[in-house]
Amino acid sequence: MDHSGIEHQKPRLVLTGITKRYPSVVANDGVSLSVRPGEIHAVLGENGAGKSTLMKVIYGVTKPDAGTILWNDQYETIVAPAQARRMGIGMVFQHFSLFETLTVWENIALALDEHVPTAQLAAQITEVSEKYGLPIDPYRLVHSMSVGERQRVEIVRCLLQEPKLLIMDEPTSVLTPQAVLILFKTLRRLASEGCSILYISHKLDEIRALCDTATVLRGGRVSGTAIPRNETNESLARMMIGGELAECHLTPREPKEARLEVEHLSLASPDPFGTSLKDISLTVRSGEILGIAGVSGNGQKELMTALSGERLSTPGSMIKLLGQPVGDLNPAKRRALGLTFVPEERLGRGAVPPMSLAFNALLTGARKGMVLKGIIHPAVMRTFSKTVIDRFKVKCGDEQSVASSLSGGNLQKYIVGRETMLQPKMMIVAQPTWGVDVGAAQLIRQALIDLRDQGVALLVISEELDELFSISDRIAVLAQGRLSPSVRPAETSIEQIGTWMSGKFGDQASDSSASARSQLEAAYAQA
Amino acid sequence: MLRLERRATPSSTMRIASPVLAALGMLVTGFLLFSALGKDPVEAFYLFFVKPLSNSYGIGELLLKTTPLLLCGLGLALGFRANVWNIGAEGQLTMGAIAGGGVALWFGDSDSSWAMPLMLLAGVLGGMAWAAIPAFLRTRFNTNEILVTLMLVYISQLVLSWLVHGPWRDPQGQNYPQSQGFGDAETMSVLIDGTRVTWGIVYAVGLALVAWIFSQKTFAGFRMQVAGLAPAAAAYAGFSEKRNIWIALMLCGATAGLAGICEVAGPIGRLQQQISPGYGFAAIIVAWIGRLHPIGVVFGALLMSLLYLGGEAAQMGMGLPSAITGLFQGLLLFYLLAADLFITFRLKRAGVPERPAPKAATTLENAV
Repeated sequence: MDHSGIEHQKPRLVLTGITKRYPSVVANDGVSLSVRPGEIHAVLGENGAGKSTLMKVIYGVTKPDAGTILWNDQYETIVAPAQARRMGIGMVFQHFSLFETLTVWENIALALDEHVPTAQLAAQITEVSEKYGLPIDPYRLVHSMSVGERQRVEIVRCLLQEPKLLIMDEPTSVLTPQAVLILFKTLRRLASEGCSILYISHKLDEIRALCDTATVLRGGRVSGTAIPRNETNESLARMMIGGELAECHLTPREPKEARLEVEHLSLASPDPFGTSLKDISLTVRSGEILGIAGVSGNGQKELMTALSGERLSTPGSMIKLLGQPVGDLNPAKRRALGLTFVPEERLGRGAVPPMSLAFNALLTGARKGMVLKGIIHPAVMRTFSKTVIDRFKVKCGDEQSVASSLSGGNLQKYIVGRETMLQPKMMIVAQPTWGVDVGAAQLIRQALIDLRDQGVALLVISEELDELFSISDRIAVLAQGRLSPSVRPAETSIEQIGTWMSGKFGDQASDSSASARSQLEAAYAQA
Repeated sequence: MLRLERRATPSSTMRIASPVLAALGMLVTGFLLFSALGKDPVEAFYLFFVKPLSNSYGIGELLLKTTPLLLCGLGLALGFRANVWNIGAEGQLTMGAIAGGGVALWFGDSDSSWAMPLMLLAGVLGGMAWAAIPAFLRTRFNTNEILVTLMLVYISQLVLSWLVHGPWRDPQGQNYPQSQGFGDAETMSVLIDGTRVTWGIVYAVGLALVAWIFSQKTFAGFRMQVAGLAPAAAAYAGFSEKRNIWIALMLCGATAGLAGICEVAGPIGRLQQQISPGYGFAAIIVAWIGRLHPIGVVFGALLMSLLYLGGEAAQMGMGLPSAITGLFQGLLLFYLLAADLFITFRLKRAGVPERPAPKAATTLENAV
């Protein structure tokens, strides 16, 4: 696409000196940015760098403490999203706001500021969605749609208002790699029609492939601007984190005995819109990391609670830990056998927010001498807690700091550290680096690899494919409650995993049934 | 304009200051109320809050009424910390009184030294049995313990009413709905001569210390607190929710049952239709005023006891209606809940975003 024309146009949006302070943090500190018509502008930064706050300021959700917004050469004070929409600003949020029990057109009608007759609205939805290569059926119920399809509804909802500026907040975190390509096509088409796009992300490859310009945020300030096409991942990362990206090294090693065996696990979800687990089989051995990829909402939560024991499954033999059936054992009994667990939700599940880090060590570490005859031993608890803080470089006051005062990344380091130091035989980790800054993510990944090298069996569930490719011995995909066969990262590709993520992995529901079938076929051939 | 803003971390100062502010708010409102009723507020205050404490008998009465409030408040506070919303301490108190009183009546005029220990034990077990009903229904059928415990209050009172009207009525009692008076061996001895205060207050204060140790130092207490602060974390760590609910309700059943038997074996001396002026309900406020902390509950119980005494004095001395006690209790809780908002929030002047001078706009335009 030729963007030389863009350079001479007046900017559509100019932000100058936007500052937003929260009680504990300055989210935006004098941020300036300008976007021209037809420009795809990346806002790049780590989690917590202030990207989302800045977008909320533009969309009228948050009022800045200082700074100005210039929109088409007019100063504006945007006080509400409705006003932003009238001005021609649309936003697609990372977390969707759709009613699952309603149809597509009903959801869209709810967001419109004026009344449009059903048939006319449905026709508009069909027309717009097809024009931009995002076909959706206006009469479908939202709960029957995949996450990618739901995102289309959100995008089409914005497009119906013919926006001059579209804000996309981390849009690809819920998409398969194939769906990402379709989305990029749509965005390029929109830009060619003169729509400005603000694209928020921390994925460097995507930004280099899609965006014309980039503003990089670090710690609430602009740390640089760039033409992404002329940059490398390394140079962008330097602007984003102020340092170099480190690499993980996974030295090949032979896994030993099976630690976790799941056989034909089927479990109906208690939530009517949840995902039921269907015939899941997997094995994790000592000294290996099994990565489970997939878009959130495909049964990850259900699989986690089934493995942790927060939901029981009968017969108990569907889940075996160290050879022992545990499906009908509660989390405490499974922990006693050597299972530890890092949940996706840190505050409130992995840690008790108003309690000190020391007491949060006691949460799962009672067996490590912190409790004798029912009485708490504070000294043991504190020593354990201090060791975790030291070894995992947790930034905090001391072990008496309350968990909720830590940043997400530091709390995650503490939780991973705690579960690691309980000397597990089997460890399950969900979204290990979700919302964690790059430096901390590196430390956490290395800690997982070190555990593997010590002979621990690990199961890692993550949405980040890059992460799974760099730390897994084998990768499987969870899609629509079913688990794909597992493959070595070297023997597969992002494309194949992407295809699996959309639920297409044929009839090979599990390793065992596939090998059984091929043995059968071989037997028939011989006959 | 003022607006509320969430604090970065909850204020520990406000957590302590809030009950004090609530008591002040109650006093100021009471002052205005007495003035509006045409009573001299200074005299009313003296009668309400000072006179009851001006002699040793009054101090004794204060401690006497503190006993059931403290016992029930302790049990409730431990449960509330674990998110178990038992509001039926009044019913558990009544059942404790019935069970313990039944033992007393069975001993009759005997002077067995077994009578008092067995009565206390029966009182504790009676309260626990009554609390076991909501515990079972909640853990087995997931019923709401708020409703079940409340409804069981009325059932227990009707059971007591039936007993003192029917099988346990004193044949020589001129048809009054009350049992025979308990014998000497079945009556708790007075702690301080010249007052009515019994050994019950000693048990109550001792239990406050035990409850403090339980909640601060034991793993079971820690588990209950985690369940209250972050239920998902408790499930994640493998703490049994059912066990928590059972422990919380059994503890409160035991303390409330003890409160019940201490009342009928102490100042009342028999079973009768009414044995508590709502101690079990007032103890809910006591638990909150005491910040759900066993030592705080001691102070909460003393304050609430004073409100009962002052209310009685105001009725007798100034002819104010008996509703005055409930009114002050309500004011206290009302102001406490209001002040508690400022533990997690603070008031802030709403800021106006800075706007640049119009001149800046033109320069920017030129620059572009």
